[in-house]
Amino acid sequence: MTVINQLILTLILLLPLAGAVLVALAPDRGKLANWIALATTLVTFLLTLHLPAHFNPAQAGFQFEVSRQWIERPAIFYHLGVDGLSLWLVVLTGLLAPVGVVASWRAIQERRKLFFALFLVQQTAMLGIFLSLDLILYYGFWELSLVPMAILIAMYGRKNGPRAALKFFLFTFIPSAPLLVAILWLYAHTGSFDFATLQLWIASGALPAGALWWAALAFLFAFAVKVPVFPLHGWVADTFSEAPVALAMVVAGKLGLYSMLRFHIGLFPVEARAVAPVLVGLAVVGILYGACLALVQRDFWRLMAYAALSHLSLITLGIYGLTLTGWEGAVYQILSHGMVEGALFLLLGVLYDRYASSQINAYGGLAAKLPRTATFFVIGSLAMIGLPMLSNFVGEFLILSSTFAGLSRGWATVATLGVILGAAYMLWLVQRLFYGPPSALAASKLPEDLRLGQLAVLWPLAVLMLTMGVAPSLWLQSIEKGVHPPRSGARLGAPAVALPSVTARLISPLSVRLSSAPRPTALPISPQISSQISSPISSSGEGQR
Amino acid sequence: MNPVPDIFRILPEVVLTLTGVAVMLTDATLPFHRPRRPLGWVAAFGATFALWASLWQLSLPMGTGFSGTVETSAFTVFFHVLICGIVLAALLLSLDTLPEDSHHQGEFYALIVFGAVGMCLLTGAVELLVVFIALEISSIATYILAGYRKETGRGPEAAIKYFLLGSFATGFLLYGVAMIFGATGTTQIYEIARLAPAAENHSFILAGLGLMLVGILFKVSAAPFHVWTPDVYEGALSPVVALLSTAPKAAAFALLLRVVYEMLPSLRSVWEPLLWVVAVLSMTVGNLAALRQQNVKRMLAYSSIAHAGYLLAAFAGLGSSGIAAASFYIAAYAAMNVGIFAVITLVSGYDDQLPLIGDFRGLIYRSPLLGSLLIFFLASLVGIPFTGGFFGKFYSFSAAVGGGAIWLALIGLLNSGLAAAYYLRLALVAAQRPADQTFAAPAPQVGVAVGAALLLAVAATLVLGIAPGDALQAAEAGAYSLQLPPAPASVPVNAAEPQTQP
Repeated sequence: MTVINQLILTLILLLPLAGAVLVALAPDRGKLANWIALATTLVTFLLTLHLPAHFNPAQAGFQFEVSRQWIERPAIFYHLGVDGLSLWLVVLTGLLAPVGVVASWRAIQERRKLFFALFLVQQTAMLGIFLSLDLILYYGFWELSLVPMAILIAMYGRKNGPRAALKFFLFTFIPSAPLLVAILWLYAHTGSFDFATLQLWIASGALPAGALWWAALAFLFAFAVKVPVFPLHGWVADTFSEAPVALAMVVAGKLGLYSMLRFHIGLFPVEARAVAPVLVGLAVVGILYGACLALVQRDFWRLMAYAALSHLSLITLGIYGLTLTGWEGAVYQILSHGMVEGALFLLLGVLYDRYASSQINAYGGLAAKLPRTATFFVIGSLAMIGLPMLSNFVGEFLILSSTFAGLSRGWATVATLGVILGAAYMLWLVQRLFYGPPSALAASKLPEDLRLGQLAVLWPLAVLMLTMGVAPSLWLQSIEKGVHPPRSGARLGAPAVALPSVTARLISPLSVRLSSAPRPTALPISPQISSQISSPISSSGEGQR
Repeated sequence: MNPVPDIFRILPEVVLTLTGVAVMLTDATLPFHRPRRPLGWVAAFGATFALWASLWQLSLPMGTGFSGTVETSAFTVFFHVLICGIVLAALLLSLDTLPEDSHHQGEFYALIVFGAVGMCLLTGAVELLVVFIALEISSIATYILAGYRKETGRGPEAAIKYFLLGSFATGFLLYGVAMIFGATGTTQIYEIARLAPAAENHSFILAGLGLMLVGILFKVSAAPFHVWTPDVYEGALSPVVALLSTAPKAAAFALLLRVVYEMLPSLRSVWEPLLWVVAVLSMTVGNLAALRQQNVKRMLAYSSIAHAGYLLAAFAGLGSSGIAAASFYIAAYAAMNVGIFAVITLVSGYDDQLPLIGDFRGLIYRSPLLGSLLIFFLASLVGIPFTGGFFGKFYSFSAAVGGGAIWLALIGLLNSGLAAAYYLRLALVAAQRPADQTFAAPAPQVGVAVGAALLLAVAATLVLGIAPGDALQAAEAGAYSLQLPPAPASVPVNAAEPQTQP
């Protein structure tokens, strides 16, 4: 079992990539590419299920860790691991992959090989983001995830693909420039890209506080665009209305939110606490703004985009409330929202493939013709609204109650208003699409309800929504262990007992290095020093958490 | 210990010269109607042999030959291998894409090889007059190559522009050499390094450094000495541009590294801010101008100016970290640039039948292989992880951050975000559905030779992106050898072994 535990993360990470290579090499015949992609994603999903099955919720810290040196100088490690925070996100990514394949089954008619190859590369990139514990590895996957996404939006965009792709790419690529500079700056001062080591360094207070502020801001900026947080959401509507369904369901949300939790608040608790009120304010504005815009959209992709903005802002609110309950709710809501959105996108994709229109007023009265589609859409919408017994309710309740109790009643009230508006636009959407008199468009085509493949993914999703709604403790148990909101404003994340020796060891080589810096032969940090740094930390770091 | 025969110190140059002479003479003796293509294979073979000879030089003890005028060290070997690799790829590319009946084909191959002699010698020279001679050898060959396309007015225009501006720049360089000679009484780089800090006429040395920098920065097409680049790239044949945009630049950067880090490290406070400004100018000017281009080769010309800027950012790095980062960047840049010009040659034809960005529309539908390769190389130019371009930028900017130039790194990375816009424009056009299904430009054929060139470029870009450790180690070994005090031939330093610690 230990061998499997050692290898499992690498397998999960590389299997989609291997599938991509296989798809690229396979002959372009019929639906062969679809089947390979489906098989790959299903096996990957089964492999991700190994993680919760063998995850030990009692044990703190990262599990299934792998750490191998990738590049000696600068010291970059192939360092993977999961904890309670990333565990279920990995599973969610695994789950949404076959859903995406099924959603693309009929939508993608030409260049299937290229589509599925890039789709699988995208899976690897996303899994890599959740699994990486080395900042450069993480940054690598972060950037890598943009490329297949941009190409696929350009190639399979509905009307104006290349424009939307360019917008998406630049919106997310340019903010990652300061992120990389911040990472390099941290490396120049610490000699490490390792998450745990950096966490200790920053907690020790040995880094200049002013510059740390800027570094934290650079991290936050990159992540906030990706989520998106209110004023940075410019890309989201165009991307949602152009991207193929399989990619639209994963493009926003979880990557940025996870990165905020892990790398912004996780690395810079003090700075995050200071900036949190701003984020809370922006999140509440985003909830209302997204909901109001969703109310007036005529195109259902754009409606979903603004609905996503509203829901993701709610999660951002939970995160920057910096309470344990809020964080549990946030992680839970990331999972639930990803799933619900996946199901809704799949269904809207079915409608779009059949009727080739995303104008809401072109539809109407479909419930009689497509009863299964209507049923699942209603279930999905109710889950999205946050009806009790369905999954979103748990997350929303946790976030709102933590805001109410721990943060501010005012903000909580305003945020709840957004949730009510959410019910309005979703129910109105359902009513306009499926009920009322049948429209000309609906009458023009023969009714064709959900097919077996689609049912095969929608049923499990619906069951999951219900299960997550009634038995949240199955998930919350392990999430609880993974989230540690910073407790106070003091810069002391690590126990004081271990710290002096660690910092002494860390700082002494640094000062030696600094004093020797003017010598032309001095490296930014030498490998001996960096190994000195990383070895004591990684052993002591585990003990401390 | 046996002294190393002088000839071994310039073995790759000797091999290349012999190849060039053989190609040129055979070309002259062959009857007029006989195909010249086999000569290209001879030249390619010569380049391969020279590459092997440079690798063999690693087994020599580091040191100088010919009375201290040329040097072999890990540094020179790194650049020799790089230049020979580029020349090999450019030859393979020309072999398949030049039409059978194009005129003076034999001369063409000979000129490429002679140019390579100059570039290789430039990286190994440690005496300023030899530097000048090597620069002239490589420049004259490239001036002629730039004007090889005679059927349109563009080719001669490119050649004349390149020649006039280039001669001026070399003139500046020579003036600089003269000034430094005047101040120190020597043209030997190690001697200058020893004498310069104590020289009486300090202003002469400053002026000399400035003039030399002008000459070298012209060759690497850094702003504000970049104006020739787009016209020359547009006018020259695409396979020539593949060579022109990489190999002479690699050689010139090697010279720049030698001049600033080895010859005048004492003037760091002078050249570092100068290069800082040039770096920021180059990347900003290059990227802003590239955004507006419609012609693919002009766009890539401006992009190469921007890349010169990213590369110059590495010069803010301290000591060997800066040298190693710059060397690595050149290698990564060469791999992806040769690759993208190979793809462009295949798609638009060696003589630019389809020069505009719009002409690439739907490439991935016409030829999935070339379309994917184009996007791959563009991704590398953008600096997407797991390609050579990413680690090039990564090392360059981390050297800059390590040297304290955080602003430079920030400007550079924001610039590379800006650059993504125009690279992506081309990539997305290639990925777009073709507008008119009936317009079917024939899918370009990929021959054996050009296939080999593409394979070389893809493999290099991927290796530098996924497992850059070895290349970086070689670059670092070179960096250390560049910084060592002048090694008399009697002190053996195993150049193959990087010294792990200063």
